[in-house]
Amino acid sequence: MTALVILLILVLVVIILIQVGKVNELASKIRGEEEAEQQSNNRTALFCLLFLIGFMIYCVYTGFIYKDIVLWYGPHISASEHGGRIDHLFNVTLFWTGIVFVLTHVLLFWFSYKYRSQKGVNQAYITHNNTIEYLWTGIPALVLVYLVAAGLDVWNDVMPDVDPNDDDYIEIEAVGQQYQWEIRYPGEDGKLGTRNYKLIDPATNNIGMDFTDEKTHDDLIISGDFYLPVGQKVRVRITSKDVLHNFYLPHHRVKMDAIPGLPTYFIFTPSILTADYRKRLKGHPDWEVPAEADEPDGPKRWEAFDYELACAELCGKGHYSMRRVLKVVSQREYDQWLKDQKSFYLTNIRNTEGDPFKGQLVKAEIASRSKDFLAAVEQAVSTPEDVSDDLINLEHVFYQTGSAQLRDDSKYELDNVVSVLNKYKTVAIELGGHTDSTGNAGANQVLSQSRAESVRNYLIQKGIPATRLQAVGFGPEKPVDTNDTDEGRQNNRRTEMRILTNNI
Amino acid sequence: MADIITVDRDDVLLKKEGFDDHFHDHHHEDKYKSNFISHYIFSMDHKMIARQFLITGMLWAIIGAGMSIIFRLQLGFPDESLAWLKPLLGKWITINTETGMGSLQPEFYYALVTMHGTIIVFFVLTAGLSGTFSNLLIPLQLGARDMASPFLNMLSYWFFFMASVVMFYSLFLSTGPFSGGWTAYPPLSALPQASMGSGTGMTLWTISLVLFVVSVLLGGINYITTVLNLRTKGMTFWRMPLTIWAFFVTAILGLLSFPVLASGFFLLMCDRGLGTSFYLSEIFIQGSALDFAGGSPVLYQHLFWFLGHPEVYIIILPAMGLVSEVMAVHARKPIFGYKFMVYSILAIGFLSFIVWAHHMFMSGVNPFISNFFVVFTLIIAVPSAIKVFNWIATLYKGDLRLNTPMLFSIGFVSMFISGGLTGVFLGNSAIDIQQHDTYFVVAHFHIVMGIAAFFGMFAGVYHWYPKMFGRFMNETLGKIHFWATLIGAYAIFWPMHYLGLAGVPRRYYRFDSFDAFGSFGEMNMFITIAAIVVFFAQLLMVINFFYSMYYGKKMTTKNPWGATTLEWTTPIKAGHGNWPGKLPTVHRWPYDYGKDGKDFISQLEPMAEGETEAH
Repeated sequence: MTALVILLILVLVVIILIQVGKVNELASKIRGEEEAEQQSNNRTALFCLLFLIGFMIYCVYTGFIYKDIVLWYGPHISASEHGGRIDHLFNVTLFWTGIVFVLTHVLLFWFSYKYRSQKGVNQAYITHNNTIEYLWTGIPALVLVYLVAAGLDVWNDVMPDVDPNDDDYIEIEAVGQQYQWEIRYPGEDGKLGTRNYKLIDPATNNIGMDFTDEKTHDDLIISGDFYLPVGQKVRVRITSKDVLHNFYLPHHRVKMDAIPGLPTYFIFTPSILTADYRKRLKGHPDWEVPAEADEPDGPKRWEAFDYELACAELCGKGHYSMRRVLKVVSQREYDQWLKDQKSFYLTNIRNTEGDPFKGQLVKAEIASRSKDFLAAVEQAVSTPEDVSDDLINLEHVFYQTGSAQLRDDSKYELDNVVSVLNKYKTVAIELGGHTDSTGNAGANQVLSQSRAESVRNYLIQKGIPATRLQAVGFGPEKPVDTNDTDEGRQNNRRTEMRILTNNI
Repeated sequence: MADIITVDRDDVLLKKEGFDDHFHDHHHEDKYKSNFISHYIFSMDHKMIARQFLITGMLWAIIGAGMSIIFRLQLGFPDESLAWLKPLLGKWITINTETGMGSLQPEFYYALVTMHGTIIVFFVLTAGLSGTFSNLLIPLQLGARDMASPFLNMLSYWFFFMASVVMFYSLFLSTGPFSGGWTAYPPLSALPQASMGSGTGMTLWTISLVLFVVSVLLGGINYITTVLNLRTKGMTFWRMPLTIWAFFVTAILGLLSFPVLASGFFLLMCDRGLGTSFYLSEIFIQGSALDFAGGSPVLYQHLFWFLGHPEVYIIILPAMGLVSEVMAVHARKPIFGYKFMVYSILAIGFLSFIVWAHHMFMSGVNPFISNFFVVFTLIIAVPSAIKVFNWIATLYKGDLRLNTPMLFSIGFVSMFISGGLTGVFLGNSAIDIQQHDTYFVVAHFHIVMGIAAFFGMFAGVYHWYPKMFGRFMNETLGKIHFWATLIGAYAIFWPMHYLGLAGVPRRYYRFDSFDAFGSFGEMNMFITIAAIVVFFAQLLMVINFFYSMYYGKKMTTKNPWGATTLEWTTPIKAGHGNWPGKLPTVHRWPYDYGKDGKDFISQLEPMAEGETEAH
């Protein structure tokens, strides 16, 4: 309804203006055209002058009131190392173009006013002046040469790829799709594994990682916010699944198209912690308002500030919604966060239909197990009075069916035990064999004993003194799970290691 | 008093000095006059074709600008109901049954943005501007009877008309018109799965633009041939008005660059229809992996911008030409540095071909290559600066008639400065890292090639309206139109610089999905209101245009502005063939205003004893 009223008012205004136009034309006929023209000329000249003044004031005034929202006059300085140079270049360009802008506008409208047609004043006949032409060709040319040189200097420092021999950077990957970003981290090995778009399955493998490449096994797909350590050079590998996107971090002055089939990159070093950037915003009136309008007592805008990743290349109807949050944190926080991330392969793919290594051990798993095992032992050793954590299940020790013969793939777990015992020279352990409750209890007892023995023998063979090792067979006596299901029985058949003492 | 018939000195000179090409002006048996269809529709008279281009261009301008109002409403008032637009937009407005809130479909928002760009760039500022004034002025200002090939010239309009019909039809498709941006980057434009508008909408879009390319080529080859071959006696290159220089270089640019666009579209059509992989590679979309392999979307961008950048000069050069001419006439002073003006047109024309990749700094091209494009891009600012300084110097010590065409010329210079200077930022690739695809770019190109080109066009329309229709447009309305547009255009686009500097990306349907972009609601509202006001100011001009055609002040003398150029020596209602008798003979350059104490000296006037040509 209001829209209709506004529309009607506008139409009315148009009609009135047309009538005014007609009346003016008639009036000037009556008054004498020449005189009317002279009057209108003077009036228009004055308008030109007023426009000039108004326009210049408007430019300065808006520049002043908006200085805090634009990216590098208020609190919004660049959050990356290279960004400051871009901002500086912007300011240099603004300085020179600003001079030209003001000068030409003043002359343009001042001349329009000053040289309006007036009775008794004739125009001068000036056709050209080559000296002045050379002057105003030469000076802009010089300024532009300077701007080109300054610009290319920055450009050629920011854009080149990393030296492949350097290893002082971390590489992450951003994959655009309609309408979200997938972020991948390389995991322990520091290398992103191969991808193949033909392997993409939105349900299980959304970016098409090729799991036959072991480099993918420790790769992390980040859900939620992604983290980067401050002061660390980052190479973002940017690519797309479907149409063009653009990896855009406005606060970091980072922008690069994501192209299907043609990976691009951008290298930058985050220089301001998210927390520090928030502090910069604190105190600015725009940022001291509640972040959510309907929660007046909630956090202030500056408290809720985060670096945002956006898309800056039209990619379809959802283009405006491809948001991810980047947290820039200290190296320590980053390491902690990284530790909490789980390998995509090990959590989602391992031993499913899509796992090319189903039933075989993979390096990532071994490495991850080794880390967990070490952590468990450390925990136990550091708290000698607490016995609850002294019992550690050797999850990856397996035997041939019905025999005490160790399977080959048990050696990874056992080598972990060896390295732990080599590390803590004063630790003595008990190796406990367990079976499920099926079959003859006596036979189970014997089997568990001999299984524990064979683990002990393996360790002795690896140079661990026999005095530090005891082997005990418990048979089915100490189940940790029910014996009524396959899974439960599987859990009950196990080999455990107990830390007897850390003080021999 | 104004109706007293005087014998013009022009007529005397034409009779005495004119060049007799044995033209027979068959007033009584002229078929062109007797038949409505051949006179008004399938006309081969360049003056009629010019008017056809102009009026078609105006219709498209209203549609294109109207679209911008709708998407500005979405951006300025994202939480207001647009249900009242339902009768116009139909299913593209969805109404929430609970709240009654009508909202614009994002698909259609993007279709509007795309169509706005396509229509304004190609149909309004290429066909409507260069088509109109090249047709009107090239034969008239050169002293030619018509174009070199009036028939091709007619075809040029009708191909444009066909392109228009196809594009207009695509607006009503059930899947909507093309919505992937006016640049139509694949894969978005190549895959119907990627966007609703990339299906039939895109097919019609490409067909329409290929027809349009044909139109431009037919027109362009005609303009070039006419300028080269049909200049009248005495009309040397250095005596051509700057309008003609501008149209001439524009036509050459079009002839060299539009075929590249057509071939780019052809490859795109192959990818769309024949399963080739020119632009596509390794794509997984809508649940399936496509077979395309080895293509590069960047190739399309090269082909597109190889046209795309000259295209912005195809738009702005004619405006520059018109402004130079209008400014000299109404300043009653020669254009300052005529030869430098010509050289800068030539330099801009040449350089426009080697700067295209500055649109692609952030597109994944090798950063090393960008170095060259930065250099050439910033060099092109030099001839542009020369032109600006020359225009300002033209005003210096003039005898300025501040009427509507003159005001629009001055406004053009202001816009060209404001928009041109931001180009110095964007052309520097390092700054472009941050500014690319933000509102800073939107502000830049709208001011420098949108508003500025419109200002040039308006200057031309108000100035040559008497030549086209034998009447004047209303001055008061013209001035209101000017001030509303000048102030309004700055009100729309100036704040966009700040939006861009705040990092807000262009082509966003809403801003509130991001904390960084969502806090400029008031500014967006202000921009939208300004856009609506400016839109209505343009309607005022359209009304003035059609009203004056029938009721405007009549033209009583052949040369109301006291101009030196040849178009004002033809009869007020010139027939096909322009001059009833002999063709004019040219004796001097077109800018003898205020020479030797005379207000102006027509190009027909022989040089006086001992007089020298000034430039």
